[in-house]
Amino acid sequence: MKATLILENGSLFIGESIGSTEDRVCEMVFNTSMTGYQEILTDPSYAGQGIVMSYPLIGNYGVNEEDNESGRPWAEAFIVRRMSPRGSNFRCENTLDSYLKANHITGIQGVDTRALTRILRSQGTMNGMITCAESFSVPELLEKLRAYRVEGKVELTSRKTAETFPADGEERCKVALMDYGVKQNMIGCLCRRGCAVTVFPWNTPAETVLSGGFDGVMLSNGPGDPADNVGVVAEIKKLYDSGLPIFAVCLGHQLMALATGAKTDRLPFGHRGGNHPVRDIAEGRVFITSQNHGYMVVGESVDPKVAEISHVNVNDGTVEGLRYLGKDIFTVQFHPEAAPGPMDTEYLFDRFVDKVCERKGGKR
Amino acid sequence: MPKNPEIKKVLVLGSGPIVIGQAAEFDYAGTQACRSLKEEGVEVVLVNSNPATIMTDKDIADHVYIEPLNMASITQIIAKERPDSILPTLGGQTGLNLAMNLHEQGILDQYGVKLLGTSPESIRKAEDRQGFKDAMEAIGQPCVTSDVVESVGDAVAFAAAIGYPVIVRPAYTLGGTGGGIAYDEPSLREIADRGIQLSRVGQVLVERCISGWKEIEFEVMRDSAGNVIQICSMENIDPVGVHTGDSIVVAPTQTLANREYQMLRSASLNIISALEIEGGCNVQLALNPDSFEYAVIEVNPRVSRSSALASKATGYPIAKVAAKIAMGYTLDEIPNAVTGKTTACFEPTLDYCVLKLPRLPFDKFTTASRTLGTQMKATGEVMAIGNSFEGALMKAIRSLELPVKSLRLPGLDELYTEEIEERLVNVDDQRLFVVAEALRRGFSPEKINKITKMDIWFLDRFKTIVDMETVLEKGVPSQETLQCAKEMGFSDGYIGALCGKTAGEIKKMRESFGIKPAFKMVDTCAAEFEAETPYYYSTYDKENEAESAPDGTGERKKVLVLGSGPIRIGQGIEFDYCSVHSVWSFKRMGYETIIINNNPETVSTDFDVADKLYFEPLTPEDVQAVVELEKPSGAVVQFGGQTAIKLAKALTEMGVPILGTSSDGVDAAEDRERFDAILQQCGIPRAAGKTVFTTEEAIAAANEVGYPVLVRPSYVLGGQGMEIAYNDRNITDFMRIINQTVQEHPILVDKYLMGREVEVDGVFDGEDILIPGIMEHVERAGVHSGDSISVYPTLHVEEQHKQTILKYTYDLAKALGVVGLINIQFILYNDQVYVIEVNPRSSRTIPYISKVTGVPIIDLATRVMLGEKLKNMGYGTGLYPEADYYAVKMPVFSFEKLTDVDTGLGPEMKSTGEVLGISESFPQALLKAFKGAGMKAPKKGGRVIITVKDEDKRESVGIARGLEEMGIEIFATEGTCQALQDAGVACKKVARVSEAHPNILDMIQSGSVDLVINTPTRGRKHDTDGFKIRRATVEHSVGCLTAIDTAHALLTVREQGRSADLVPIDITTIQ
Repeated sequence: MKATLILENGSLFIGESIGSTEDRVCEMVFNTSMTGYQEILTDPSYAGQGIVMSYPLIGNYGVNEEDNESGRPWAEAFIVRRMSPRGSNFRCENTLDSYLKANHITGIQGVDTRALTRILRSQGTMNGMITCAESFSVPELLEKLRAYRVEGKVELTSRKTAETFPADGEERCKVALMDYGVKQNMIGCLCRRGCAVTVFPWNTPAETVLSGGFDGVMLSNGPGDPADNVGVVAEIKKLYDSGLPIFAVCLGHQLMALATGAKTDRLPFGHRGGNHPVRDIAEGRVFITSQNHGYMVVGESVDPKVAEISHVNVNDGTVEGLRYLGKDIFTVQFHPEAAPGPMDTEYLFDRFVDKVCERKGGKR
Repeated sequence: MPKNPEIKKVLVLGSGPIVIGQAAEFDYAGTQACRSLKEEGVEVVLVNSNPATIMTDKDIADHVYIEPLNMASITQIIAKERPDSILPTLGGQTGLNLAMNLHEQGILDQYGVKLLGTSPESIRKAEDRQGFKDAMEAIGQPCVTSDVVESVGDAVAFAAAIGYPVIVRPAYTLGGTGGGIAYDEPSLREIADRGIQLSRVGQVLVERCISGWKEIEFEVMRDSAGNVIQICSMENIDPVGVHTGDSIVVAPTQTLANREYQMLRSASLNIISALEIEGGCNVQLALNPDSFEYAVIEVNPRVSRSSALASKATGYPIAKVAAKIAMGYTLDEIPNAVTGKTTACFEPTLDYCVLKLPRLPFDKFTTASRTLGTQMKATGEVMAIGNSFEGALMKAIRSLELPVKSLRLPGLDELYTEEIEERLVNVDDQRLFVVAEALRRGFSPEKINKITKMDIWFLDRFKTIVDMETVLEKGVPSQETLQCAKEMGFSDGYIGALCGKTAGEIKKMRESFGIKPAFKMVDTCAAEFEAETPYYYSTYDKENEAESAPDGTGERKKVLVLGSGPIRIGQGIEFDYCSVHSVWSFKRMGYETIIINNNPETVSTDFDVADKLYFEPLTPEDVQAVVELEKPSGAVVQFGGQTAIKLAKALTEMGVPILGTSSDGVDAAEDRERFDAILQQCGIPRAAGKTVFTTEEAIAAANEVGYPVLVRPSYVLGGQGMEIAYNDRNITDFMRIINQTVQEHPILVDKYLMGREVEVDGVFDGEDILIPGIMEHVERAGVHSGDSISVYPTLHVEEQHKQTILKYTYDLAKALGVVGLINIQFILYNDQVYVIEVNPRSSRTIPYISKVTGVPIIDLATRVMLGEKLKNMGYGTGLYPEADYYAVKMPVFSFEKLTDVDTGLGPEMKSTGEVLGISESFPQALLKAFKGAGMKAPKKGGRVIITVKDEDKRESVGIARGLEEMGIEIFATEGTCQALQDAGVACKKVARVSEAHPNILDMIQSGSVDLVINTPTRGRKHDTDGFKIRRATVEHSVGCLTAIDTAHALLTVREQGRSADLVPIDITTIQ
């Protein structure tokens, strides 16, 4: 079936429908990862967005239950150059197309994804939609597109009730993980390091966490504009004041910055891919990281008395990590839990868990 | 860490002659590295014995030595130049081994030379079998377990420990003869028993069998600060078992989910971190297709063939960055030349698919075993880029320049289905096509996967192509089908052939639908950053990024330079040298240069050589797409070998003026009748001959001119299919072989004149000729010029003949309308000069003659094409004064890599590369050339076997006598022995192959012989004694000379050469 992709700037791309045939309005972003489409689709941070995969051959190894980063795919739409009609891999359980259909994700293939990427890169992230309608009024649709905004997605993607995951092997410590749209592998990275992890819904009051007997707190990644989360930020401030070790990633990193008086802003077209070089200033080394964010912490807005910049993006100099002074708190913009992408910065989890255990030992 | 200020003068080692397994990629890497070093203000001393390379140019290094790559010569050069550092990791295995030897023997310490980049300890760890295993074990990386055993019992015990199946490889047998895969104890007992018997040293290697696993490669990089990055992942479509150089390779990996991919990426980065590599490194891994189990196969702690491929596949200049790392920089201090904004410390991401196909030499070596295994056999490779796998594959097939333009190999359709099924088991160069034919016969991808272990995903893609063939065969395609077929890389010609139309009709049809190629940029970052790399590939998507002002509207005129495609026997790196030099020359003349080529190993496909690079097949349709976009004011075909020349006519038809000699001039030189008319008109003699099409005509022609005759197809490379026939039966044999591979063009039958062969390269401007030098071949006519030892200046050509050669060259250039280069081969026979062959294009001798005479031949030819006159260019006209040096070009072969290839020299070219020896005296130059080629002359007390054909028996006496005088013991088979003894040479008889043991083969196998002189008897038979003798020498690494003249040359060196007196010569000092 024919499908049309319409961008806010009026560009039209005609291709073939994949997945669901429902109309979908979303924010269009591109991702340059060459593997990991399933992890990307199920990453809650993409809620409300349509993902353009810049790598042209997608679906080659199918999909499987194991590689889901959450209970379902969250992206609104999926745009690929060429989708493999069937997957080939020892873990393959389904084709990507059936998976998209089963999960009501609207998709399109056969469009010039490089041209699309070039538009988003040069003109910035913009809204768009996919429709399978034969005829439509472009001006009407454009109006609809312009009105769209990614909102309320943290609430949508977060757990509704707390859930506890036991440590793999011997338990070393207890960690509370705030779910703003958490990826499964973040939980896994903690459990594998001996943490018993309790994942709390996004709107859990700080008091619940602080009275829960946890040795440390982790703030998860998540979708949307960080500044929308006013209530959450107020709770995070309380966690900041508690003196517990805290590690935060992506949205969590942005929220901690907001909680301590810094500002966030939108990137022109975001960082989404598995090849972003980030300098760890203390280590004096560059690490290749997995990234997925459209917003960033504004470096100049960080109070040098509160936090210092610990990581910087080598490509564009943006803030990639903060270390909070006088606290056992550090946060990063990129995704050390990877999935998909390079696992080169997983050492940050070691650092966090070591810190948590150290503190725990000290307390006793 | 910034650049180390103590590095001021660096010695760079090249990789020597082109051989199978070590080809043009090291010219590319070395050239890039030298330029990278010079950018830093470092003085560069370069040593490479290969004169055909760009790296051995004055423009690339400050001091250039075309000298043998051995300890003695490098030590001399170090003593003379006193470099403070040496860069060991850019000259292939040759350069690396040499540097390690220099280090280990204390020569580097003695002269205070520092090894740059990876430390010797790290290199040793990566290179040493046991050291590597230990290092991997220490960091928990699994290797393929193996052990050497000497008894069946030990083999069984070891197999029990590691689990079945196991591979058994007898030690010291070529191509693993006698080995096999054992699935259980009884089969292991049988195979091990046989293997131990067959092995010369009674040993077999028992190894865990991982054949059928996926073979994955990662190209990775590390700097001194410990930053590690991955440049490119590659997946071999041929599973483990086929050398990666012979595999079909795709980048990035296609069938790995993120979990497996990251697991192997992390493993690769952990490995180079543990080994403390500083620079580029290649890691090869095997992955069980049914689990996460993997094993590290090997690590190359240097720039390699794979890194050249990775560079071209991603746009990331690995060699250049590796050189900067060696200078002390860290990755984040090196700018990314592609984006101009970011740094080299990032990982390229692709938004296209890259496919590499090996170029195997079986079109030339028709009798060679086509089986592919762990010994690489390819001479070169092609790469294609597309945004679909199918598109990249079809483009790559077209780029091979073999008589196959799609997944359909002529002849396979005639086989029974049972035969196809049987052939699926054979791992050879035709397997891809056999798989396609099986799919055509309705085999399921699952079934083929069970047999071949190729991943289903790849088989599905092949099936998509086969299914499209079926659709097209149904009739004229719809717009949608046509769009789809073009996206899958089908050429107009192939679509037309399937649906009954001409290529032209299909082109017209698709254009009426608006279906035309759009070019996309290779930018390392999948369009995430704005890039200015002028490096493009075609797709059938909508947006074209190769923005182009039509010629005349831009500031500069545009010129299209056609490259020479894959390296193959007969068309080597020399033509890339010529293409690149002409690009540079055009640039200097103010032109915008556009190059089309498809060889990832070359300098010409480096994106900063021409103003624009199109990585495309060199076929008329693919070239036309570029032409229609760029509208160049002219095209150059005379530098890209036969590949480019063959496109001359098509370009003319497209309305692109050919700069220099017209396509008509090319045709006049190739067309027998037209050429004969020209010779007659100029009064130039040539051997009598005829043009024929059939065997009957050939026999009639041969009898008319009289045997022996030279039989060869026209319009071919390197004497392909050329043979000397002595009788009707020979003719029948050859015609059968010729007709298998070459069809369109007529076949030439010429009287064979056995005289002295002489060759010239000239530049003609329409009025004047300049001949930089006349070369004389050591071997007399009958041995292909590419396989002959060539000497400049000539030793035996009298002045009057030189003048005749000059006149003939002038007359022929004028008559053919040459503007630019002309190459002519002459024979001096009975005091008369005959013309053998004229090529109005660049030749393989251009680079070396340019270097030893100091005449920039390509630059002159390029400028002549643009209208300049030789008399104003400062190098004069006529015969250029002879240099003060002798330069001897010596061919180098790769016979040990190819089973069942006859090593005997003849009219068909067999060498893969060449070395040069330069000295003030001929014997010394010859000695250097022999040393460079790795040929050892027998020493006093050594043993030589002589067994020659009857025609050579008389001449062999002189050689034998010379050897005898040097105190060398001579053995000979019956006939030769008799002839030598009759002439009074002391000689021992050795039994023939067919006689009782111990015979000549036993003697060769025992390793007690230093040299065999064996001249081949006529014919192509492979069961002859001579063939067996020659193969035995290859398999036991014994020198073998197959032409009497070569033996004479070796004798000259033994008599007059003085190793101790060799002096390295910096060719930049030659005027």
